[in-house]
This record gives sequence, C-alpha cells and structure tokens, in this order.
Amino acid sequence: MRTRSEIIGAVDKPVLLIYLLLVLLGWINIYAANYSVDYPSIFDTSREYGMQFLWICIGLAFGVGLLMFSGEFFRKNAILIYGGVLLLLIAVLIFGREVNGAKSWFGVGGFGIQPSEFAKMATALVIAAYLSDINMKVKGLKELLITILLIGIPSVLILLQPDAGTLLVFIGFLLVMYREGLIGNIIFLGIGLVFVTITTLFFIKTEWTLAEGLVVNSGWIISLLIIGLGVLAFSFVKRFILPRFRKQNIRGLIIIVISSLITVGAITLIYQSDSILKPHHKTRIDVLFGHMEDPSGAGYNVTQSKTAIGSGGLLGKGFLQGVLTKYKYVPMQSTDFIFCTVGEEWGFIGSSAVLILFLALLLRIIHLAENQRSAFTRVYSYAVASIIFMHVLINVGMAIGLAPVIGIPLPFFSYGGSSFLSFTAMMFILLRLDSERLEVFR
Amino acid sequence: MNLKDRRLLVIVLFMLITLVFIARLFQLQVLDPEWKVKAAQITERSVTKYPSRGVIFDREGRLLVGNIAVYDLMVVPREIEDLDTLALSRLLSVDVDEMKSRLKNASDYSTFKPTAIAKQIPSDEYVNISEVIGDYKGFYTQVRSMRSYPDSLAAHALGYISEVSPGRMEKDSYYRLGDYIGASGVEAIYEDAVRGEKGVEIMLVDVHNNVRGKFEGGRYDSSSVSGRNLTSSLDIELQKFGEALMRNKRGSIVAIEPATGEILAMVNNPAYDPNLLVGRVRSSNYGVLLSDALKPLFNRALQAKYPPGSTFKLVNALIGLQLGAVTTETYHSCRSGYYFGSRRLGCHSHASPLKLDYSIITSCNGYYCNVFKDIIELGETAEEGYKVWSEYVSRFGIGSKLHTDMTGEVEGLLPGVSYYDRFYGSGRWKAHTIISLAIGQGELGVTPMQMANMCATIANRGWYYTPHIIKEIDGRPLTDSTYTVKHETGIDRKNYDIVIDAMEQVIIRGTGRGVKYDDTAICGKTGTAQNPHGKDHSIFIAFAPKDDPKIAIAVYVENVGFGSTWAAPITSLMIEKFLTGETTRPAVEKRMLEADLMHAH
Repeated sequence: MRTRSEIIGAVDKPVLLIYLLLVLLGWINIYAANYSVDYPSIFDTSREYGMQFLWICIGLAFGVGLLMFSGEFFRKNAILIYGGVLLLLIAVLIFGREVNGAKSWFGVGGFGIQPSEFAKMATALVIAAYLSDINMKVKGLKELLITILLIGIPSVLILLQPDAGTLLVFIGFLLVMYREGLIGNIIFLGIGLVFVTITTLFFIKTEWTLAEGLVVNSGWIISLLIIGLGVLAFSFVKRFILPRFRKQNIRGLIIIVISSLITVGAITLIYQSDSILKPHHKTRIDVLFGHMEDPSGAGYNVTQSKTAIGSGGLLGKGFLQGVLTKYKYVPMQSTDFIFCTVGEEWGFIGSSAVLILFLALLLRIIHLAENQRSAFTRVYSYAVASIIFMHVLINVGMAIGLAPVIGIPLPFFSYGGSSFLSFTAMMFILLRLDSERLEVFR
Repeated sequence: MNLKDRRLLVIVLFMLITLVFIARLFQLQVLDPEWKVKAAQITERSVTKYPSRGVIFDREGRLLVGNIAVYDLMVVPREIEDLDTLALSRLLSVDVDEMKSRLKNASDYSTFKPTAIAKQIPSDEYVNISEVIGDYKGFYTQVRSMRSYPDSLAAHALGYISEVSPGRMEKDSYYRLGDYIGASGVEAIYEDAVRGEKGVEIMLVDVHNNVRGKFEGGRYDSSSVSGRNLTSSLDIELQKFGEALMRNKRGSIVAIEPATGEILAMVNNPAYDPNLLVGRVRSSNYGVLLSDALKPLFNRALQAKYPPGSTFKLVNALIGLQLGAVTTETYHSCRSGYYFGSRRLGCHSHASPLKLDYSIITSCNGYYCNVFKDIIELGETAEEGYKVWSEYVSRFGIGSKLHTDMTGEVEGLLPGVSYYDRFYGSGRWKAHTIISLAIGQGELGVTPMQMANMCATIANRGWYYTPHIIKEIDGRPLTDSTYTVKHETGIDRKNYDIVIDAMEQVIIRGTGRGVKYDDTAICGKTGTAQNPHGKDHSIFIAFAPKDDPKIAIAVYVENVGFGSTWAAPITSLMIEKFLTGETTRPAVEKRMLEADLMHAH
C-alpha cells in the first residue's frame, strides 16, 4: 500500500496542470460573464461564479478522494457503477424534473443532478473493463455487438430524455472502438470523409483574401490544410514509427490525403453545378450551413455568439470588458456559450490558446494511454479523450458557427455541478490509473 | 498492421479539428470586420443631444424670434405591450389606420431603436398625453424646440425652418435625416451661427435595451452647444407699425439707418404670419400660402422690380452735376413736356423755364430729359456717354444684387450697352431713344431695398454700407466685410448738398408737402411709376433729419396713383414714429391704417 504523498507524487503532472489551468480559466470566465458591480466578490455564492467556486472545491476534494481508490477497484466495480447509472437514467425519466422540455434532472433542494453527465464516465469504465477482459482472445463481431450494446443502452435512455447533445458525445466512443480494432480503417476513413464533407460545405461560400488581389476559394484552403496535415503526419510517422511499419503507414496516409482531396473537389463541384443539385436542395444546404438567413430565426443564438467572438478581435476587449456577454446578448453564456466570453474578452490569442490547451490535454492523454501496460487503463484513457474531444468539438463548433446549436458544456469551463463533478471524476480516475502504470505487473 | 499505429489517425483528427477551429476564429476575429460593426450596432446607442437654436432679438433687445418646447412621441416597437391602438390614435387625434401604418413603419425601421410616431406636439396637447403615456409600454416623449414669433412680424425677412433635404445632407455631414435647417431668410443665411452644435452620448445597452452605462466611460461623448443669439437691426415697434400701415395694400416699405446700413424695418404686403410655417402645420400651411392668389410668400422688398419713377431724377441730377452736364444755374424750358422729333414726353404744368432746384421740387420731366440728353452726349458716341452714366448709377447699388443677409434677392435691371445694341442695333440708338431713363421709367427695374439704399446713399452724401438685417452675433458686431466696407459713389459731396437742399424744399413747398409733421428737417422725393398693367405705383423716398440722418426710407404702394397720395403720408408716419416714438396725427394715421387699396379693384 502506497502512501498518499506517493500517489500524489506519481500522478501525471502535465495532465493535472492543464486540468487545473482549464478549471481556473473557466471560473474566471464565468465570473466575467456574470460580473455585476453589486456582487463584486468572485466567492459570492449567490452568484454563479461563487457557486462554481463551491463546485470546484467539492470537485477537487472528490477527485483527491478518488485517488485513494486502487485502479483495480474501478475495474472490478465498473459494471456496478454502470448499472447504477443506468438505474438513475431510468429513474430520471420517471421522477426527473423537466427543464427546457427535457427530463434530465434530479432536483435535490436547490441543487440539481444530471445522471447523463455521469453516464459518460460509467460507460467509459464499463467498456474499458469489458475490452480489457483477460478472457477476450479475438475482437470479432460478437465483441463489437456487445460493445455497441454497452454504449447503446445509456444512449437510448438519454435520447428518451431527450438530450441530443449528450447522445452525440457517445458517438465519440467510435474512436475507442477504432483504436481497439473493433472497427477497421475503412469505417474510420468514412467517418473522416464525412467530417471533410461537412467542413467543405461550411466553408463553401467563403473566400479569403490572402493579399491584395489574391482571393482564394475555401476549397483551396481546405485542400492546402489537408496536404499540410498530411505532410505533418508524414514527418511524424517517419520520425517515430519503426521502419518496418513505415511503408504501410505512409501508404495509408497517402490514401487519406488523396481521398480527402477528392471529397473536397467533388463536394465543391456538386455544389456549384446546377444540373446535379436542384435549387431547393441547395437552399436547404445553404440554410443548414448558415449561408442563408435562417427563416425560422433560430440562428439568433449563433449570430449573437459569433458577434461576441468576432468583436473580440486579435487581442480581445480585456477582462470584464466583454459588452455582449456582460449585457446578456449571448444566451446561456456561462454554460453552453461560455466560449463567447473567452472569444470576446481574450480575443483570437486567448481563444486559440484555450483550444491549444485542450489539444495538449488530449494529446497528453493519448500519449499516456499508449504507454500503459494495462489494457483497461488504455481503453479508459481513450474513452476520456474521446468524450472531452466530442464536447469541445460540439461546444466550440457551435459557438463559432461550425456546428448546429446543441446544448452541451465545455469541459472544466462551463458552469454546472454535475458536469464539473463528472469531468473531474473522469480525470482523477485517469490520473489514479496512470499512476499505477509501473506497478501493474508487480 | 499494429493497432498502436491507429493512434496516429486519432492524433491527426484532434489536430485537424483544432486547426480548423483556429482558422475559423482567425476568420471571425481578425479577418472579418463585419462582427465588430455588428457588435457596435447592437450594443451602442448614440443619443443625439439637440442644441437649442439661437434666438433673435430686435435692436432694442426685444425678442423677435424665440423657441418654445414641443414634444415628439417616441416608440420602441419591441417594448410595446398590450397596445390599444384605437385609444392611442384617439389620444393623438390621428386616424386609426394612419396610426397602424405609422407603427408598422416604425417597426420596419427598427424594433429596438426609437422612432418618432408623432412629431412636434404642442404643449397644450402634450398635457393630456403626458398624463396617460406612462400606461403605454414602449412609448415615451422627447422634448424638442420649435420657433415662435411673439409678434408675428417680418416673416419674409426672417424666413423659416424645414427638415433638411437629402441633397443638403449629402453635402454636409452635420445633418441627419429629420434634422431641421434654416430654409430661407435670416434662418438660412445665419444657419451656421444659430444652429449650434449637436452633442452625442454613446450609451451601452443590454439585450433588453436598458441603458447600462456610457460607452468607454463617456470618452466619445460630447455635449451640445447652444446656437448663438442674433441681434437684428429691426425695430419691432417700427416694423409692427409699418405692417399695420400696409395692411390691405399691395406694396413694400424698407427703412434703413444710413450711417450703418442697418435695416430698421422691412415690410411686405400681402404677407403671412410666420407662426404658420412652424411645426407640424408647416407643410400644409405652406401649400395653402403657395396657392394663394395674393402671393403672400412673395418678398416684394427684395424681389419686386419696379421702375423708380421720378425719385430717379435725384440720381440723374447728381450725375449731371458731377459731370458738368448741369449746374445750379442751368435753365431748361418745359412746355408741358419734352419734344424730340415728332414725339413728346409729357409733364404737368409749372413755371418755365426753370433751374435745377425747382426741377426737383416740382418734379419736372422736361428738365431731366435735357439733363439726361446732355449727360449721354458728353460721350463721343451715345454708347460711351451711356457707359459713364450707367457706371455712376450702378454705384448707387442699382442693377445688381446688394448682397443683403436675406435670401431671394434679385438684381433688378440696369441695362448695359449691349442691351440696347441688341434692341436697336449697334450705333443706332442715342439719348432720345432711351429718354425715358431720364425720369426713371423705361427698362429700369429697382427693388424697394435698392430704392431705400439709394436714399440712404444720398442721405450719407455719397456712400453706403450694404443693407443688413442682423447687426450682432452673440452681442458682437458683424465682421463680414460685406457689411463693413463702404461703397462710394464717386460724386462730390457739394453736389449732394445741392440736391438735398432741393429735397428739403420738396417737403416744405413741393410735391411732398404732406410729409411734414413738425419742424424736423425731412428730405424726400415723390415718384409715380408707370405701370403697364394698371394704375401707377405710388412711390416715396425720404430721409431725416437732414443734417444727421437717422432713417432713410422707401415706400411703394402698388396701383394707387400719385406718390404724394399714399406713399408720402405713410413715409411721414413711419419717420415720425421712428424719430419720436409716437404719432401725432390721428386723422392721417386712421386714414392710412383703414384704407383698403387691395380689394377695391
């Protein structure tokens, strides 16, 4: 049995540091979004920022508590935790409080608990436990179906609430399944190409003036981006992958790049051709991707959000100077649209920095995952990375008008106890599992 | 293939998304200015602070043009709740359909910016509205100021204010849609002085349109600067008296202080009440005035061109004396007219032959035909003689715009050599051809303002300042060189003394006998301008006192006959009123005030 200080000494410092930094930034931005001269104290618990501070304290205590459990505890009890959460998900459909048309909350006094937030963590644990089972020899169709079932049950229960945002997060588990070999390269490539298609359609009307007289179409930009990333990945492969696999990897890379370029070209061609697309199809696409004014006016939130972020400029308006967020032009600005505050007050530099922090966290988690001897830890880590990734993708994508408006919190940033506790638990379990890396076979 | 390598694709995906997002942020935040503009549009409200327009006092400091408060009813369409359109339209005495269309226009313009739904509500109506307007959510009143004319005087001179035209807005960025601007008269000429400077207050508003504070702590705010007050040279009492005298007559009175060129009174009739052209009723009243057969908008003092008639003999006498074409001892005979060739220019009966002084006193036509002929024939050709003569005439301010500080002034007519060349052919006309100029008839066209100025020039013995109706801006005298530079006639003072002595005799024993009211030395001259369209115009010019002229005046009464009948008594009353502050001849005054010379024919 290790001592407490030994455990804390063994946790991965970069992950912990980035986590704490994101939590701190989130808290500051919640403060900025709700700042009022009448309630200047950031610790005032009658305000959202004071409450968030309370949640941070509770979350950190909870997290440190989780560090005391052994990794084996989580592995063994994963199915219990999973079962418990499923029960809660069923219960919330019956006893839950309806907020904004969705039954996703349990009200406990002034507090509310959202079981769906914990379902993500529980599912991550249970598929990690299942896929790392020593008895599992091959990963075939049966294993794939069981995994899909494990992910599917909570997904369906959440869909019944209905909570589309959280449901989307479960799609992120595809990444885990891919990494564990449950689905092949082709499927993954398919998913990738769908993403390329969506990106192309989003930017299809955009022209960027690089310099006086040098106007380029979005298709070119995206193509260049893909080629650039290809070259980046190529040098990455060459540098880190063992020589015997190099050839195969490079071939795969070339396939990805070429198929992506073809997709970009094809989509652009189809969009611009009048014979393939009927005008009303085109209109539908234009509305969906925001090239046309949304007739139903549902685009209001996104417009306000883009205005807030866009008005931040390069360096931002400065702390507490975000007029649009401060004066409530942006809806749900401490939860779903917290990124607007970052964009408006800290500008391009600040919002890019936050994105890079998230990327660093994700890459570090993948790095840790691949260094595990324990398959359980690896699968769990991948699941955590996927969940965080999906949250950032949807939440930030929505704020900058690249994803549909789906209410989902930005991990560690957004105001809300359930979400914060859930992510904190996820992170601290990860840290605990990782700290056992060297002692797994001892 | 090793499953471990699959991490690469995951990593590439994470990086790709991050890069796309950063690219998008770069587009939104750095490349695209649209969002910054939009942010300013939705969060900043510029509230214009309107300055009060400068008021105008008369020469004694009495209010001539003032401001009164009126109210605009503003609406912010998105704040409207449970509106009873019918009640609102009743409250404002507006047709309910009209009210609906106004409300629709307002929300079409903007749902969150205020629009005026009713403009310039007078304070007596405002009292009723203010009591209940609090119950109408989304409506509020805003105070504006409007011109008021306590004595309803000098409408033509003062001009009016109207909403700024699109063309003017393009030229001058100061003006915004719906702003008011001086459109004519003094209001237009002194617009820059009286308008003041608008101020602006940039407020930050929240999503509910509640003001949350000043933009950047008010760094870009400015307060409005009130317009500067003007002091007019008009004398309200004299103006009022003049307008009363001219009631029911067609014509004009202009009185000038000779020493300064300041206009003491400028009367036109038919005229209108300047209070008709302010506020909501302006455009409808303007239409009515415009279509009125009496042409009340016509500014006779500056725009009507009359032949000067016999008053012009004074100018011919002065030019003749200066050029040596006539002396005080020159005799000409007049046998009831002037005969040239087979034609005759008639005259009335008087002693003959006669000298210069008597020619003025009795207003002899024949004498001036001789003088004019002699002046023209001083030149080697008629053209050259005429050029010299017309140059002198123009120095009296005749034949070109005086550039007074009012709008609409016309040049009048002093024909040039080319005018007659075109008419008769070059070298084919001589003094006799244009002999009617000798007695102020023929082609000559002179406005009452030019006539009064000519009289002031004689009173000054040879010079004038350009007549003007505003003497001070914010208590400081005008510095514009137009009004501070003397215009000289180039005729010697001694010649003026000769003519002025005769003008005094006109009042004492000549055609202007009715003008005298006490022993004040008045100098004057009658005129009767032939009018091809009807009865002659009655003209009189005069100044007084002779040795220290305080007032020079020209009076025109249209279509009523001899100058001595109507114009002379009116001149007399005006001079007496101005110099003594009262009038002592109730019979004459009553006759003049009550005479209706306009509707009789």
